[in-house]
Amino acid sequence: MEKEQKNTKKMTGSHAVIQSLLAEGVDLIFGYPGGAIMPVYDALYDYHDKLHHVLTRHEQGAVHAAQGYARVTGKVGVSIVTSGPGATNAVTGIADAMIDSTPLVVISGQVGSSLLGTDAFQEIDVVGITQPITKWNFQIKSAQEIPGALARAFYIARSGRPGPVLIDITKDAQSSTLDFAYTPVTKIRSYTPVNAPDESQILKAAQLINEAKKPLILVGQGVILGGAENELKTFAEKTGIPAAWTLLGLSALPSDHPLNVGMLGMHGNYGPNVLTNEADLLIAIGMRFDDRVTGNTKAYGVNAKFIHMELDPAEINKIIKVDAPILGNVKETLPLLTAKVIKNNHAEWRNEFKKYDVVEAERIINEELKPSKDGITMGEVINKISTAYNDDAICITDVGQHQMMASRYFKFKQTRSIVTSGGLGTMGFGLPAAIGAKMGRPDRPVVLFVGDGGFQMTIQELGTIFQTEIDVKIVLLNNNFLGMVRQWQELFFDKRYASTELINPDFQTIAKGYGLHVEKVTNRSSLDESIGRMIKSKGAYLLEVIVEKEGNVFPMVPAGASVSDVRLE
Amino acid sequence: MKQEFTISIFSENHVGLLNQITNVLTRRQINIESLTTSESAIKGIHKFTIVVNTTREQVEKLIGQIDKKIDVLKAFVFTEDEIIHQEMALYKVPTEQLLNGTEIETLVRQYGARILEVHHDYAVIEKTGHKQETQELFDKLDKFGVLQFTRSGRIAVTRTNYEQLAAYLRSLNKETNNTLD
Ligand SMILES: Cc1ncc(C[n+]2csc(CCOP(=O)(O)OP(=O)(O)O)c2C)c(N)n1
Repeated sequence: MEKEQKNTKKMTGSHAVIQSLLAEGVDLIFGYPGGAIMPVYDALYDYHDKLHHVLTRHEQGAVHAAQGYARVTGKVGVSIVTSGPGATNAVTGIADAMIDSTPLVVISGQVGSSLLGTDAFQEIDVVGITQPITKWNFQIKSAQEIPGALARAFYIARSGRPGPVLIDITKDAQSSTLDFAYTPVTKIRSYTPVNAPDESQILKAAQLINEAKKPLILVGQGVILGGAENELKTFAEKTGIPAAWTLLGLSALPSDHPLNVGMLGMHGNYGPNVLTNEADLLIAIGMRFDDRVTGNTKAYGVNAKFIHMELDPAEINKIIKVDAPILGNVKETLPLLTAKVIKNNHAEWRNEFKKYDVVEAERIINEELKPSKDGITMGEVINKISTAYNDDAICITDVGQHQMMASRYFKFKQTRSIVTSGGLGTMGFGLPAAIGAKMGRPDRPVVLFVGDGGFQMTIQELGTIFQTEIDVKIVLLNNNFLGMVRQWQELFFDKRYASTELINPDFQTIAKGYGLHVEKVTNRSSLDESIGRMIKSKGAYLLEVIVEKEGNVFPMVPAGASVSDVRLE
Repeated sequence: MKQEFTISIFSENHVGLLNQITNVLTRRQINIESLTTSESAIKGIHKFTIVVNTTREQVEKLIGQIDKKIDVLKAFVFTEDEIIHQEMALYKVPTEQLLNGTEIETLVRQYGARILEVHHDYAVIEKTGHKQETQELFDKLDKFGVLQFTRSGRIAVTRTNYEQLAAYLRSLNKETNNTLD
């Protein structure tokens, strides 16, 4: 810290933590107390009118809730946990935020500095543990370091490619006094959050675009993180290039936009997957060529040149060697490119996607949304709920078949409307993330789709819902299976259903115990009415739908296969 | 094709940085051939020199990941012809053998080594050079029974771009900055 001759105020480290949070505009945090963080909790008591603390039922829930909050608001999510088991419980959430570029500041308590390294009660090397899963982390051992380190933490978490930062604070640093003054950080000499694009690459990219006959845009979360939804739309509309999206790029472009051709990757749409290998130009915008998107990279974009618009230099040429890399925030680089490309339409090429859409509808979608069989499908439930919300709710998912179904069949009008665990695929993410999302956007309906497996990974967060009276709609798609794993067993392991069948408790009773409105649907005939009741209800709601036990998600690009070998059955 | 690369990393002098950097390598199954670390010419800036055996493509990715660490100022990669490098080796031999004939002394002269200390029981020889050279001397001395042998990691200066690098680091120093200490 630069010693500045500013007005300082004497206070304890724990008050400094809270003053720092307030200085960063934080008004909501998610956490769980314990010995090593008690001084901060004690200080919180004095600030309850300015800084709302949500007590989750598990530290993993606290971090996922902060993620949900961050994903829908674009602000930094904050959670606060104690040392030892509190910190290790937070690890899954931190890892999830890291791989999905979610801005978080996680504050953990730590044993007193004199006890560090002695295997003291609840001492754990959380800085060591979280080193590879944080954008930055730091241990504070004296109160005076608090404002400087927290200012850095917030700056790092939200700037450039966002990510989680962990700040570990020893107990003595929390309870000793300092001269507090807060200066937000705007620059760190060893850190370049955004690199400037190379003008010549923009020209090269423009030329590639102007010459391309079959270009395809790949929309990633970078568009949303950069707030570049309009810039994307302008670019796509001027060039007439169809745009497909990754799981995390979902909702950047409205579902019904004429250039939106659907989802990429393992359970993406038929057209964009197959046509990836017919395209002569792939324009990746804020995406990182995850293996769930590319399948076998050696057989990916086989006829295409690549343009990669990306903030993080380490992503350039990491998976795919590209012809024109454009560094920088896509919000700034897209307009530069748009200015240099010619107006186009690509009607014929766009029509190709429609042909595949017809096949996909006939082979998969129609049956999923309007099943001929008695069993209720996940797709029809999701589709009906989306429609009932006028395609304008915030959709949260857990991980599994229902997640892929939700990304395929829920529809979106606004950006930042889907919250799902992409890179880590964390079961148990959904319920706490939904709580955080609703707290971030109380003005919008929040609906969670969750499987009977993942629901039970963080089911205790129903207690958080009970205590906070938060209005989240939970749609439990119950197939009595760890569905996605069962699907793999069916397709690739000879139907040997090893440990994937679930003997479940009565979810209705459980949710009732937590004070939720509950309803269970076993028959298609009552589905519409039940959905109607859920949507009209005030307060949290569990709609449990007993779905087809052995339904499958298709299309599917088997792991390691080429995207054009996408299977329809 | 795999080849030897020397990676130079300049970083803030923070606890845990070594761990951060080596983790980038170990996570990708890259074996560290040698590693040295020390304060650089600029106060408060640390320099790591790491030797790895890998492909050009992989090393570029490593540099990207290392550069991405918040506290890393800059990482550079060099091939053999772009640097001048040395390692130091220490050899502990029985004094008896040193005094018994002139062979060891001849070797010391021939290899540009020097005798650091001579004690009643043992003598210590020092040599700087490339790994093959220090190894060769070891093999020769070992006929006389080397009691202990140790070799440092590589240190290196660049043949090219040196001015550019120093200027880069100096320019960083002038900028307004938020440091933690
Ligand atoms: C924490 C965690 N453990 C294991 C997995 C592996 N996994 C992926 S999907 C899945 C099944 C999910 O079942 P369920 O929650 O019932 O949802 P469904 O697939 O039936 O929709 C499992 C076990 C995971 N993604 N996360």
